[in-house]
Amino acid sequence: MPTNETPPPPRDVRGPAAGGRSPSPDGPDRGRQPLPGGGVLGGVGALLVLADGRFPAGGHAHSGGAEAAVAAGRIRDAGSLEAFCRGRLHTVGLTAAGLAAAAAAGLDPLVLDDAADARTPSSALRVTARRLGRQLMRAARAAWPSPELDALAAARPRGAHQPVVLGLTAHAAALGPPEAAYAAGYEVVSGPATAVVRLLSLDPFEATAVLARLAPELDQVVARAADAARRALDEGPDALPAASAPLLDIAAEQHATWSVRLFAS
Amino acid sequence: MHLDHADTYPPRHTYGATGPHRPDGTRRALRVGLGGPVGSGKTATVAALCRALRDQLSLAVVTNDIYTREDAEFLLRNAVLPPERITAVETGACPHTAIRDDISANLEAVEELEETVGPLDLILVESGGDNLTATFSKGLVDAQVFVIDVAGGDDIPRKGGPGVTTADLLVVNKTDLAPYVGSDLARMARDAEAQRGELPVAFTSLVAEDGVRPIADWVRTRLAAWTAAPA
Ligand SMILES: Nc1nc2c(ncn2[C@@H]2O[C@H](COP(=O)(O)OP(=O)(O)OP(=O)(O)O)[C@@H](O)[C@H]2O)c(=O)[nH]1
Ligand SMILES: [Mg+2]
Repeated sequence: MPTNETPPPPRDVRGPAAGGRSPSPDGPDRGRQPLPGGGVLGGVGALLVLADGRFPAGGHAHSGGAEAAVAAGRIRDAGSLEAFCRGRLHTVGLTAAGLAAAAAAGLDPLVLDDAADARTPSSALRVTARRLGRQLMRAARAAWPSPELDALAAARPRGAHQPVVLGLTAHAAALGPPEAAYAAGYEVVSGPATAVVRLLSLDPFEATAVLARLAPELDQVVARAADAARRALDEGPDALPAASAPLLDIAAEQHATWSVRLFAS
Repeated sequence: MHLDHADTYPPRHTYGATGPHRPDGTRRALRVGLGGPVGSGKTATVAALCRALRDQLSLAVVTNDIYTREDAEFLLRNAVLPPERITAVETGACPHTAIRDDISANLEAVEELEETVGPLDLILVESGGDNLTATFSKGLVDAQVFVIDVAGGDDIPRKGGPGVTTADLLVVNKTDLAPYVGSDLARMARDAEAQRGELPVAFTSLVAEDGVRPIADWVRTRLAAWTAAPA
């Protein structure tokens, strides 16, 4: 697991880092058990549940900008889908992964919610992120009931930004910051790939192969996001990535005004 | 670990939708889903139900259009309810996903209607036209109506499928067209009974005066049972 190279940050900002060998319930080894032959085991089961495309959190109605890109001729086939997804992964994907990792690492979700607002210049995408955050919150509280999810739901009844909710959900599921970043980063590319299968009748095997080719880059994005989240514990949310994609923002604003569309965003 | 203490947290229905109560303990609105093939008359049924019931009941409607807002716009244009009582949910081209597999957007919509237009008696949730297997999740609605029409072929009841077989009410609409399309209503009734046993079937023509009556009566009965159930 790539998480071996990237030890997760201490959960508790104020207390001493839970280092050493013994996994503490809320420390960096949260959810993990050492394996006799080396390495660690744990978390993958919950991560599969969380990252499953069928996790009922509303993602199926969103294309991640793919519908607008298809209409503009920027996505025509598997090759252009790959380029589109790669661009998303290294921009908004990195940003979302950083926010999710930071939420899983224990940064204040309300501070992160403001940081997400500041990183989302398109008001249409802010609305989408909060709506999806609220839908995810509903599924998360059913799957992994926890007081921290309840507290965020109460503080942001109209929904917090989806990556922040995702990171907090990961924590409620005993996952660490890298896993939260994986779930966020993967969703940023899997959403458009699924949507393009519907929009262009693209061969589903080709769309899946695109995702497989991007997987090593997802690992890199996760490493950067988890590293930034660790620094953000000391330096605050300004240490988190703030990469954006202006064309996605502009296209999202236009897409929101279409009267006939298959996807909500 | 949180999961060891699940019993100390409120069960899901206190913030979800499956439970019959609002957070304050009062009984929430009855939610009725309307599904069925494209063009069978779901929106016409919703419009007629609103006209028939709106003077006695506090109503709201959620539509699940496939790629337009046509159902919601039709209802708005015909002013069957004030605009704040009608919400359109976008389904990413898959209405059956939005009403069955991932109901989160629909639950947001019904809860938001309850919050903004205040205590409701009845919420109608229309699915975009889909196929014979499209059914509503029990997490979203309390009862479902499946609407087919005589013009879609009089062998649909015989073919069955989850919608025809399990819906709480099967509506066979557009009976006025039966003579023109050669549909045998008696055969449809026999086949429906064979598929559904005791479950009710209503034959309707919504172009007729008070044509929605059988469906409106069924809704009133369901609502009476819903309201009478222990709080
Ligand atoms: N003759 C006749 N026409 C009807 C009847 N009920 C509905 N229609 C017409 O059938 C057409 C389709 O009705 P809708 O209510 O829009 O059907 P729908 O099931 O909502 O369609 P989708 O939402 O597109 O799946 C409209 O032109 C209605 O006016 C009926 O009982 N008799
Ligand atoms: Mg309709």
